[in-house]
Amino acid sequence: MRPRMQPRMQPRPERDPASFPARPYDLVKEFTIALVVVALLTAGLATLFSSPDERPVTVASWSRADPADFAATAVAELAGSSKSATYGAPYNNTPGAGQKLGPVGLQNAAGVRIPVDTAGDFVLGPLRSSPEPAAVTAAIATWTGATGTQQQTWATNYTDALGKAPDGDPAKVAAGDYGPVPAIDSRLTALAQSGALDGQLLAEGGFYQSDYTRPLLFLSDGSYLAGLADAQHLSGDQWGMMNETGNYPGQAWLWLYTFWYQINPFSTSANGDALVWAVMAVLSLALVLTPFIPGLRSIPRWSRIHRLIWRDYYRDPH
Amino acid sequence: MSDTTEPAGDRTGGWTGALRRRAVRALPPDKLLPDTQPSYMSSWIYVFGVLTTVALLVVIATGTLLALEGPGWWHVSAAGTYVNSLHLWSVELFMFFMVIHLWGKFFMAAWRGRRALTWIIGSVAFLASVGTAFTGYLVQQNFDSQWISTQAKDGLNSVGIGAYFNVLDFGQMLMWHIVILPLVLGLLTVWHLLMVRRRGIVPPIDALTETPATTTPQATAEQEQS
Repeated sequence: MRPRMQPRMQPRPERDPASFPARPYDLVKEFTIALVVVALLTAGLATLFSSPDERPVTVASWSRADPADFAATAVAELAGSSKSATYGAPYNNTPGAGQKLGPVGLQNAAGVRIPVDTAGDFVLGPLRSSPEPAAVTAAIATWTGATGTQQQTWATNYTDALGKAPDGDPAKVAAGDYGPVPAIDSRLTALAQSGALDGQLLAEGGFYQSDYTRPLLFLSDGSYLAGLADAQHLSGDQWGMMNETGNYPGQAWLWLYTFWYQINPFSTSANGDALVWAVMAVLSLALVLTPFIPGLRSIPRWSRIHRLIWRDYYRDPH
Repeated sequence: MSDTTEPAGDRTGGWTGALRRRAVRALPPDKLLPDTQPSYMSSWIYVFGVLTTVALLVVIATGTLLALEGPGWWHVSAAGTYVNSLHLWSVELFMFFMVIHLWGKFFMAAWRGRRALTWIIGSVAFLASVGTAFTGYLVQQNFDSQWISTQAKDGLNSVGIGAYFNVLDFGQMLMWHIVILPLVLGLLTVWHLLMVRRRGIVPPIDALTETPATTTPQATAEQEQS
């Protein structure tokens, strides 16, 4: 026979706040004081610490500061072997590219909505739309008339030669079978250093523009931008994206998102980004639905922190 | 009070009158702007709700000042740089106050007593705030924008969002930052505040009317869910 249960206080729906003793409380006064305090605090912090504003990298400043990196990146864009050229959706169709969550490939499912052809958009297009020396016209004709295999042979040979040249300097590359690649690369570097390429990458034949997708992809394909970021402690393995240049707090609220990138399997998986997003989606949903998740919604009762918050009430409930 | 018990004169005014009556029923003036609060509302943690609200107002005000002169102004003007600094630090304060507010409400189990919707709106507002701040970093037009956007694109692209929400497109991100997300965040904030006023401040945990009864597992589950 089961023991008879002892009478206890039966849990009931929460009491109406109006059923508790009340005390005067001036919400408008509190709001006004808070507004003044926060405005003054903001002004004080802005006066003391200002805000970071590191000048952006341009294609011109990149190609002048590190012409070897620019030249090598330009060859990769021309040959279709750069990060952007082989990225997959949403920029291009690349077999095997695109992250997956198990069998689900959301990246590819979204399709190629922002088409990017690195050879045409970053190299050949800008060269064609500029005053073109006859040697460059001939080089482009030779390149476009060659087979894909021949193009890859030239590009690979030249990339290898650049790697072996002192400081990666195109002027010090040993003689070899590079086809028209050096002429194209050299002219693009000259255009970049003059500043013309910045405008061409952005304008794309139009006048008004606000989409920096192509110049930013080109910049991020080189190692110069990443080197500057690394020096500012902004790399991915340095909790990169949540920080900003200088000693500023940055987006500290992204700590959990950035945290996953520091540990396995997220830091090593080919699908690391998708995995991090899946985890954050689940955690965000859990935050929103906390009131309905058994266990999670009981933590406040177990933690006893509420005894501290309402210590006056618990000291004298009546 | 049901409409059937209302005097005929109270049902006038068409849709407008019906809306007014419904609004007043849900939030009568003394509930919308009360001059008293329950005596248990006695802790510094309560301050962080109003601090979050006023910090958001400072964020909107300083952002509006930046919008008046356009996105390039603050790079070339001392006054612009200062206004940008105001905007940055008000955002830092806003996020700090909001996170403390959120943790406080979590440990108060503030969703009890038909307040789950208030919690949901608040937590969605938190996520919207993270998105709004993020797009702010993307439209600074400096090295931080370049680096953050080129890093962030991979995460967004990996789950297909980047195809529609292109962080490398300055124009698109600027519109999200100064129009779409502030509108969403503003509406969520107003809704959240109205829900707080409607339901009142959540009572302390276990502050129940005490009547002898037999505890059942079902009753315990109901209490946890409420």
